[in-house]
Amino acid sequence: MSYALLASVFVIAACGLVYELIAGAAASYLIGDSVTQFSLVIGLYLFAMGVGSYLSRWVVSGIAARFFEIELAIALFGGFSAAAMFLAFAHAGGEFRLVLYGFVLVVGVLVGLEIPLVMRLLRAQLGFRDLVAQVLSFDYLGALAVSIAFPLVLVPKLGLIRSAFLFGLLNALVAGWALWLFRSQLGAMRWRTLQCALVAGLLAGGVIESDRLTAAAEEDMYADQIVFARSSAHQRIVLTRWRNDLRLYLNGNLQFSARDEYRYHEALVHPGLAAAPWAKRVLVLGGGDGMAVREILKYPQVESVTLVDLDPEMTRIFSTLPVLRALNGDAFASPKVKVINADAFKWLEEADEHWDFVVADFPDPSNYSLGKLYTTAFYRLLERRLTARGLAVIQATSPLYARKSFWCVVATIESVGLATAPYHVNVPSFGEWGYVLVSRDPYRPPQQLDPRLRFVSVETLPAMFTFPRDMARVPVEVNRLTNQILVQYFDAEWKRAPSE
Amino acid sequence: MKRREFLAAGAAACAAVACGQKAAPLPPGTLSGTSFGVGHLLRTGVSGAPVEVRKRAVVIVGGGVAGLSAAWRLRRAGFHDFEMLELEATPGGNARWGENHVSRYPLGAHYLPLPTREARAVRLLLAELGVLRGDPQASAPDYDERALCFAPQERLWRNGVWRDGLEPLAGASERSRTEWQRFHARMDAFQAERGSDGRRAFAIPMALSSRDARYLALDRTSMRDWLLAEGFTAEPVHWLVNYGCRDDYGCDYREVSAWAGIHYFACRDARARNADADTVLTWPEGNGWIVRQLVARVAPPLTTGALVHRVTESDRAAVLAVHLAGEGRSVEIRVQHVIWAAQLRFAARALAGADAGLTAALGEFDHAPWVVANLTLEEPPWERYGAPLAWDNVLYESASLGYVVATHQDLASRRGPTVLTYYEPLSGASPAAARERLLEATREQWVERALAELGRPHPELARITRRADVFVNGHAMVRPRAGFLWGAARERVLRHTGRVHFAHSDLSGFSLFEEAQYRGVAAAERVLARLSIRADSVL
Repeated sequence: MSYALLASVFVIAACGLVYELIAGAAASYLIGDSVTQFSLVIGLYLFAMGVGSYLSRWVVSGIAARFFEIELAIALFGGFSAAAMFLAFAHAGGEFRLVLYGFVLVVGVLVGLEIPLVMRLLRAQLGFRDLVAQVLSFDYLGALAVSIAFPLVLVPKLGLIRSAFLFGLLNALVAGWALWLFRSQLGAMRWRTLQCALVAGLLAGGVIESDRLTAAAEEDMYADQIVFARSSAHQRIVLTRWRNDLRLYLNGNLQFSARDEYRYHEALVHPGLAAAPWAKRVLVLGGGDGMAVREILKYPQVESVTLVDLDPEMTRIFSTLPVLRALNGDAFASPKVKVINADAFKWLEEADEHWDFVVADFPDPSNYSLGKLYTTAFYRLLERRLTARGLAVIQATSPLYARKSFWCVVATIESVGLATAPYHVNVPSFGEWGYVLVSRDPYRPPQQLDPRLRFVSVETLPAMFTFPRDMARVPVEVNRLTNQILVQYFDAEWKRAPSE
Repeated sequence: MKRREFLAAGAAACAAVACGQKAAPLPPGTLSGTSFGVGHLLRTGVSGAPVEVRKRAVVIVGGGVAGLSAAWRLRRAGFHDFEMLELEATPGGNARWGENHVSRYPLGAHYLPLPTREARAVRLLLAELGVLRGDPQASAPDYDERALCFAPQERLWRNGVWRDGLEPLAGASERSRTEWQRFHARMDAFQAERGSDGRRAFAIPMALSSRDARYLALDRTSMRDWLLAEGFTAEPVHWLVNYGCRDDYGCDYREVSAWAGIHYFACRDARARNADADTVLTWPEGNGWIVRQLVARVAPPLTTGALVHRVTESDRAAVLAVHLAGEGRSVEIRVQHVIWAAQLRFAARALAGADAGLTAALGEFDHAPWVVANLTLEEPPWERYGAPLAWDNVLYESASLGYVVATHQDLASRRGPTVLTYYEPLSGASPAAARERLLEATREQWVERALAELGRPHPELARITRRADVFVNGHAMVRPRAGFLWGAARERVLRHTGRVHFAHSDLSGFSLFEEAQYRGVAAAERVLARLSIRADSVL
């Protein structure tokens, strides 16, 4: 009897530590800043355990029954903790931290109740000295086993969500075992067996189904931990974190890295918008992450920003998830911003308004469907929607890795009678990246730029418009709907380019 | 439920499941086609005296491209005293189209090649419709890029993989490749040649071609025999030529006149300022788009379901006996001129009382049957290894011609639900035998056939098809058989001068937009001349 209980102490201890580690890991993955998160979670958890131990003094009668109930509760809360945290991160928005610390407190209190109750159950069989020595040594042994297994086996092989379910299931088994051991002391056996089976069944279901939640297979594709993954009707949206770097992938293609996206987005917006101090009405095509809008809103004279992005899921997560809202400065909350979820080409064709500044931040022309957004037909349409002095800026892939593609965009814009001002910057996570400013009259660089900008400045502007020899203009064909030559250039060039 | 009933019901359910596993239920849809019933009234005869007699200056019989073009030409000359009679429920003829919640889609002709310099009226029309910009007669005009077929225009399924373009040369022998080059060089030479009369050897409209005997002699042999006589034996060349003949003429190259076969490759030398020479003009509903524009512009006074079953010509007038299927009555229309823009086989019956030589000649025109299945898909066909989805997707060894994608000209940057138009000319058997088959086969049989053919490159097709609408046409395209194009029958019909002016593409010997329009406009201009209305020719 005593050895059986001591074995459960080992399991209980292992489970207790696992929930703590899982909460700490999830917090640092999802929120970042791992030192703070781990330290907060451990502190809070230990404190909650203390509360639990203290509360145990009020458990006077029916200790075996209470132990059984507490085990089941731990199985349920601990087992579902990781899944709940990830789901809360994806859905709850601002309440995520509440869910996280709530789980830490509840599980901590329950785990804190466990050991005192076990000791009291064993009191009949062991003397006080042996009791403390044996219970605590099994407790620490369990902790050791898990702290080794957690980074080596559990996280890499099972993932956080499945690990939590698995250990929840172990807690439920301990509860079942306790039920059998103390069957003589416990009443309502049928009811308790049913409870135990129900919890174990739920957790076993979680272990089996957790692939659906974590997309474990997908994690192999990304170097970093996935903190959010969602398939919208249009694309697979995946957010990863490694230390303090948050990265967004759409269909496996990197969209930005939080570490250097300011370079990309400052360069996208400011050379054009700062040169158009009269600009009041701005249109953003693509760019559902709101980062370009964040930069645009730095200009007080801008009265309205219309953002057209195909995917409602993109604009939804970037206007609700706190981490993402922090990244785009809560751009979508601005009363100046109007978000429209539509296909940019078709929407622009139906639109009858004019804009002073247009940002076309489309995905690269990697297939014939996307290639349409870089054709003469599109630029002709764009021209019709610009005000007389209006400017537009086009994301135009890398002039270094996809030199022909970049200059093809330039040549295509020029072929419809618009003036171009191509430029490039270095974005470490992308490499050398290119843009094209488009206007009816030749572009004149701004004399002033917001001094708060982190990357673009008046002094460095001329260098952006100078192309070194390895990126200099090459003769290319014009990209039309009928030839889609850009897709062919792009395909050939990125096949050759070093992969990320 | 009694025990025995329960067992019986269970057994039936099991049987249903067992059957269901063999064949998934076919998607729903409709079977439609040209009006067999009404057309066949011509043979059996229509009884009943006319209940109404009315007068018109001109009646246009047939609301296809030829009839609408004739109306277009009359209207351009400021002439309005005409009406149009159409046998079917809707105008459009071989450029008919359909429509559902996903897209408009073609039921027949689905594209127009860039018009050559000779196709002056086509260019004029396209300029009027805003498709051609600037000078309509420029050597390389600018076209509306939305109407030019987007890339990729075509791909070929062969040996289990899609490849760009229509060249079946992957893995072909050196000899095949050389022959392929030689064939195309030969066709390019034909394209540039002019006859002793100074005309292009092969022009479109074909009436503008040279009458030089050395070219007309090609009509006396079949295209296949010509290939063999010229030493072309390689499979890729024979496949391409037969594909072209089946595509444009609905007829096997064993039967097609060599003049027509060469015409297919050599007549088009058009260029565009903003597209490659082989780019075509296309719309979701195919040439139905042009029909819709014509109907909207010309707004001809149109009576549908109208069967012209007798035409009597006299010195003073022509009298048409018309059966109105919808109203179940007959009317008589006295006119000065008839523009006969319906298939000539109908004229053979309606003009029964006329010159025996003429009616015999009209009876020589025969037509190939076609089947078109429009498959509405909940998502585009899956992309696999190989060339991506094109507008025209051709299968190498297939009785069908493959399929075109109705939503290809959509500007959206993501593909959604679509309609695939599957074409099958019944060119394997004699037209009469094929028509028998056409009458007997059910919609389900055609759908199964289309899904089986297209299921080779797209195994998922049956699962993602939500509707399958079949359109059968027993007399779709006139057959340019060897000896027919420059033979006596066509010559006799062209020579006819009276109050009936023939205008159908049948007159050219092949069913092409340019030919139908040319014949329609030419007939309208003859009528205008006879009515002493001044109008310079647009041809």
